[in-house]
Amino acid sequence: MTLFASQIVDGLADGAIYASLALALVFSYRSTGIVNFAQGEMAMLSAYLVWQLMAWGLPLIPAVLVSIVVSFIAGTLLYASIVKPLSHASLLTVVSVLIGLYLALNSLAGFIWTYTIKPLPSLFPKAHLQFGSFSVSAETAGIIVVVGLVLLLLYLLFETTKVGLAMRGAASTPDSAVLVGVSVPVMLLIGWGIAAALGALSGILVAPRVFLNPTMMFGVIIYAFAAATLGGFDSIVGAVVGGLLVGVVENLVGTYVPWIGPDLKIIVALVLIFGTLLIKPDGLFGRKKVVRL
Amino acid sequence: MNVVIKPRLPIAVRAIVGAALAVVFLYVIPFVIPNYLVSQFATVLVFAIAIVGINLVTGFGGAITLGHAAFVALGSYTTAILVVRYGWNPYATIPVSAALSWVAGWCLGFPALRLQGLYLALGTLVLSITVPPVLKRFEGFTGGVQGLNVGNPEAPAFLPIDDSQWIYFVSLAVAAVLYVIARRILSGPLRRALVAARDNQLVGAVMGVDRATLTTATFAMSSLYAGVAGSLYAMIVGFVSPDTFNVMMSLSLFVGAVVGGITSLNGAIVGAMFIQFVPVWASDIDVSLGGLVFGCALILTLVAIPAGIGGLSERLFIRARLGWVEGASAKRSVVAPVGSAQNEPA
Amino acid sequence: MSLLSLRQIRAGYDARSVLHDIELDVEERQIQVVLGANGAGKTTLLRAISGTIARQGTIMFGGMPIDRLSARKIVAAGIAHVPQGRGTFADLTVDENIRLGAYLRTVAEARQDRERWLTFFPRLRERLSQQAGSLSGGEQQMLAITRALMLRPRLLLLDEPSLGLAPIITQGLFRTLAAIREETGMTMLIVEQSANLALEVADSGVVLESGQIVLRDSAQSLAGNDEVRRIYLGYE
Repeated sequence: MTLFASQIVDGLADGAIYASLALALVFSYRSTGIVNFAQGEMAMLSAYLVWQLMAWGLPLIPAVLVSIVVSFIAGTLLYASIVKPLSHASLLTVVSVLIGLYLALNSLAGFIWTYTIKPLPSLFPKAHLQFGSFSVSAETAGIIVVVGLVLLLLYLLFETTKVGLAMRGAASTPDSAVLVGVSVPVMLLIGWGIAAALGALSGILVAPRVFLNPTMMFGVIIYAFAAATLGGFDSIVGAVVGGLLVGVVENLVGTYVPWIGPDLKIIVALVLIFGTLLIKPDGLFGRKKVVRL
Repeated sequence: MNVVIKPRLPIAVRAIVGAALAVVFLYVIPFVIPNYLVSQFATVLVFAIAIVGINLVTGFGGAITLGHAAFVALGSYTTAILVVRYGWNPYATIPVSAALSWVAGWCLGFPALRLQGLYLALGTLVLSITVPPVLKRFEGFTGGVQGLNVGNPEAPAFLPIDDSQWIYFVSLAVAAVLYVIARRILSGPLRRALVAARDNQLVGAVMGVDRATLTTATFAMSSLYAGVAGSLYAMIVGFVSPDTFNVMMSLSLFVGAVVGGITSLNGAIVGAMFIQFVPVWASDIDVSLGGLVFGCALILTLVAIPAGIGGLSERLFIRARLGWVEGASAKRSVVAPVGSAQNEPA
Repeated sequence: MSLLSLRQIRAGYDARSVLHDIELDVEERQIQVVLGANGAGKTTLLRAISGTIARQGTIMFGGMPIDRLSARKIVAAGIAHVPQGRGTFADLTVDENIRLGAYLRTVAEARQDRERWLTFFPRLRERLSQQAGSLSGGEQQMLAITRALMLRPRLLLLDEPSLGLAPIITQGLFRTLAAIREETGMTMLIVEQSANLALEVADSGVVLESGQIVLRDSAQSLAGNDEVRRIYLGYE
């Protein structure tokens, strides 16, 4: 029973990381209808940036904050330089450009920092928290708390601020947003910035667990894809719920289904994605899409 | 809708181009260039086969696939397992690979009925990420991380050529047959149906084109191409291992298809050479340069020559034939536009 | 001087020109109605004014040229456009829709105005926390108008507010619009296809045919004009 409970908690921590990256995907998708295939690689670069800043002498926490701010700016630049000019391009062009970006960013990391793995210190102490007979590592608890706080901040942004309301309006009905004086491109720009910042968070949380290396996000982005698909690509709530569900299911399957085991856990993502797309293509929380003439 | 009547080059020009190509592929590559390059060119042919498959499904079917390495893996492992575990003749495994990949493509193409644009790209990408771990897991069958040693087929004793030349000619023969089949597919009424369904699904539906069946059939066909390519690949390399068929191979094939020209079958060979040789040259300078060059090439191609290298050279031929002014208007009809390869992202 | 005046306005979609040399004046505190058949260019006219479509010619608003301003700047200048089909933010709640209408104004102003407009549309007050997409057609139209009013515009453009509504609802809607004009003196330009109800509350009107204004008169004379009655008001 304790094993089961700790698997659930570990799953929630993994799920929180997936959720933050899935949220990043959802933000860019909601604003521009594009799945950013390069999101994971951007997150990886953000984690490398933390390492680099620390190598230059910055302490961990400031390095993390700087990296997140820089990532936000990079996200807005990506939107302005690549995504916006492609807003009328064909899907094939958009996908190709993002795949190109993915390949280029991946190699860029290898080019700058080589393919040798590097350690990134964890944001959390190595301690364990004891709750009666149940113990949980500070890292696991910390990840859940940090992501929880970020989600709360996002909630406050979208529910209580004018900019948040305008962003939701711009994503929901851009034509009408213009008519109330909202600058839609600026809102989309902010959306892509937030996406990049959320991705950075996921990268920074993952890196200490797997070591920094250019391929470190492969195992995360695939679950984030699964989470966003499961929750519905246009649903913020869906990304969070999807992320947590994927994290828990992945851990339980890895532990209790010997046929799959830890090596083949990745198949969970594949099954979830195809299963969702076949049974409920819009995801658990997604809006139904209408084919327009 | 783009119904295309392809302007033909005069017979003399076609004969000269054909003869030149024949000399290059039948003599220069197998007999003139250094021997170690011959098997690399065999790999180029194999990639070209897989890319023609992508041309079919993405260029004309309008369905973006980022997971073709999965089918190449299926073909490779079919050949490897039949040869190593059951002692089959390697050539006899090619039809089996073809059939298996066709069936697998049909099964996976079935979700493609439901998956729109982006989701299909996403699903196939995830599929290709899943392939190596699955191959490693079923060790007893696939040889796990160690892979399987297929061995290179030997040249028949009565021919005065060595093994790598032999497998090159085998690949060339298979590639030629598959190329002609693809041309056939794309010259009949099927092309019109494909393009109609691709460019506007609703219009396609109104015209009585059953898009779902068409997409699935195209997907199955393109998987068959990838599977056959995989069989040949196993014979050329003489060895299969899970990490060969990683997501990088899928993306490379996609890069090759776009750079060569997504609707240009002739461009497939250019794209294949690109993905075979560029990473080798680039990594002589720096290991990470390959990906950088790929990424930039992909973006630059789309910005500078959306029709790809193959598409561009086809246009130049037509221009030379018809003269600049007519060529300008002909260019629109030469290559069916990739412009609206999918319905817009919702 | 008129609040809004259009001179030699041409506009259209891509290569297709829809409006040809439109000349139109809207006086302050007036309700003017634009009548016309389907495809006459009524919607295009409103879009040309609100800057949501490319246009040529001169548009003066309150003495200021606005024909080169972006849609957003025109909103800021004081023209609110209620588009055809209402254009409410379907995923947002009624309250959020209303608040978003006051995007360019301060929160305090917004709160004050919301109360004021809700007295005109009490039905909306009951539905504040409901999703806009779940409202009935009439309620959505009320919401769209309220949202536009939240800008505190000097000119309100309404594109076929009666579309898809039962006559009784339309009648109530126009009476409310008249009451709003009575109380606030707001200028309105209303496009309508079935126009008897609109002419009841309007001061003047024009008839648009194939992108040109073919008739302009007071609302009363238009309502009495035989041809107008036959073609646009449905009398035989």
